[in-house]
Amino acid sequence: MSATAEILVPGKAGEGEALVLTAPISFWGGVDPKTGRIADVRHPQHGEVIAGRVLFLPGTIGSSSASAVLMELVHNGRAPAALVLHEPDAILLLGLIVAREMGWETPIAVRLGRDAFDTYSGRVRIAEDGALNVSGE
Amino acid sequence: MSLSLNPEEQAIAARQDGAGMAMRIVAESARLLGAPRLIPIASTHIDGALYHGDSGTLFAEKLVEGGAKVVVRSTLNVGALDLMGCSRIRLEEPQRGMARRMMEAYRKLGCEQSWTCAPYQAGHRPALGSDVAWGESNAVVFCNSVLGARTNRYGDFLDIACAITGRAPDYGLHRPDNRRARLVFDVSHLSPSFLGSEIAWPILGSLYGREVGNAISVVTGVTAHPGEDALKAFGAAAASSGAVGLFHIAGVTPEAPDVKAILAGAEPEAVIRVTPDMVAKARAGLSTAAATESIDAVAIGSPHLSSAEFDSLERLIAGRRLAVPIYACTGRHALALLERDGRRKRLEASGVVIVVDTCVVVTPIMPELGNGVLMTNSGKFAHYAPGNTGYAVLYASLADCVESAVLGKPVFTDIAA
Repeated sequence: MSATAEILVPGKAGEGEALVLTAPISFWGGVDPKTGRIADVRHPQHGEVIAGRVLFLPGTIGSSSASAVLMELVHNGRAPAALVLHEPDAILLLGLIVAREMGWETPIAVRLGRDAFDTYSGRVRIAEDGALNVSGE
Repeated sequence: MSLSLNPEEQAIAARQDGAGMAMRIVAESARLLGAPRLIPIASTHIDGALYHGDSGTLFAEKLVEGGAKVVVRSTLNVGALDLMGCSRIRLEEPQRGMARRMMEAYRKLGCEQSWTCAPYQAGHRPALGSDVAWGESNAVVFCNSVLGARTNRYGDFLDIACAITGRAPDYGLHRPDNRRARLVFDVSHLSPSFLGSEIAWPILGSLYGREVGNAISVVTGVTAHPGEDALKAFGAAAASSGAVGLFHIAGVTPEAPDVKAILAGAEPEAVIRVTPDMVAKARAGLSTAAATESIDAVAIGSPHLSSAEFDSLERLIAGRRLAVPIYACTGRHALALLERDGRRKRLEASGVVIVVDTCVVVTPIMPELGNGVLMTNSGKFAHYAPGNTGYAVLYASLADCVESAVLGKPVFTDIAA
């Protein structure tokens, strides 16, 4: 699979195992900012770690402190390798915008149709220009 | 439509100081939201000073180092510490030091040391129709709905960036068209005695949030103004169970003189007829504890208690000694009144733990128990306490909370919907 996605927030090109979430998540209370582990016991991917993964997000819910959690993940070196969203999420992505202003290296965030999420598995690479590729293809 | 900044905004965004950083953050958010321009704002309420990790402290300190100052009135939501020293916070070093540095940085930026989630009861009440940028979900919903000022839900970092620039993205609830009701939430089938009771509003709020989500709705069938503390409880519960940013109550809230006006002549997309059965289910859903013989604590004050709510608490305790503590969370605006006439001492002598500047679900205050049971009259505490404190929750009226605290075991008075 390959595609070129719209860039939501520019950042470092990223490569990692795809992690496709099957339900929206609340970052505050739902993701441990120290480890990147999905802590919400009700979430279908509970226990998975988002650090270093190419994270496909079908939306966020809950607290407006999602931005603070994402920035904390960046600061702790536990952010996803790249983020893929089906629509811009201003509250979550603010975490990347502010981290960039702090001079920290942030992962790229891109937009892709939600129906395309499931076509990604294994190692995925997202280039700085938004090009998505599955490794080995 | 793409974002266009005016020459002054562009000049600020090009600067390397704290104001430049704030302007770029506001502009980037506006671009993501699809806002065509920025609009001036009259005030902010800032939720970003609650410690979630070191990066937030470093951000606030960078703004201070860059010489940034807020340019509009800016109140602060709760922090992670009780700076008034009323209660003991179990936050350990080094987090404690970083939380204190964060609170200090926001003070240096020029924010008011209000440290409350009920700024609207601490003298911060923007005018009807004015544009503001508020954070904290219950404050947002009160500001929009009860005061009729216009704000979206401003998340961490964007709130302070708006305060420093005096600008906000022009989108969402800032636009009058987006404020009209599309759904009707009809409570006229509920008994007047239930609607007149204190428990009605947090329960209805919780139900409302779940039923309408983020759609704008108007509540009909309310014949008498329930009072400001009831609207506060309704909004807080609704914003916890759903992404509610604005509600209307026909004949009560300022933008809804009647149903027709707030529907703007259109037919409602749906009418939700609230039945006693729906209320019973919503009420049951606020409790997570199974039948239990005892409780470990009572927590009230989410949103922070008003002076009037302390009056009720004092009247209900009536000088008795509590078997388990009542954690009463409030802001310094209410504490000042309590201290004036010795009431704080009387309440504390009964076994009330007054928590100021913060609250029991955002920072560790209550003892860590394996399977503690907490009773509360707050829909918001009922929602967040299990996840954030590990306590199971029983929901009850304030009167039942007080009786239960006196006896150390749950007491419920039935009020049929």
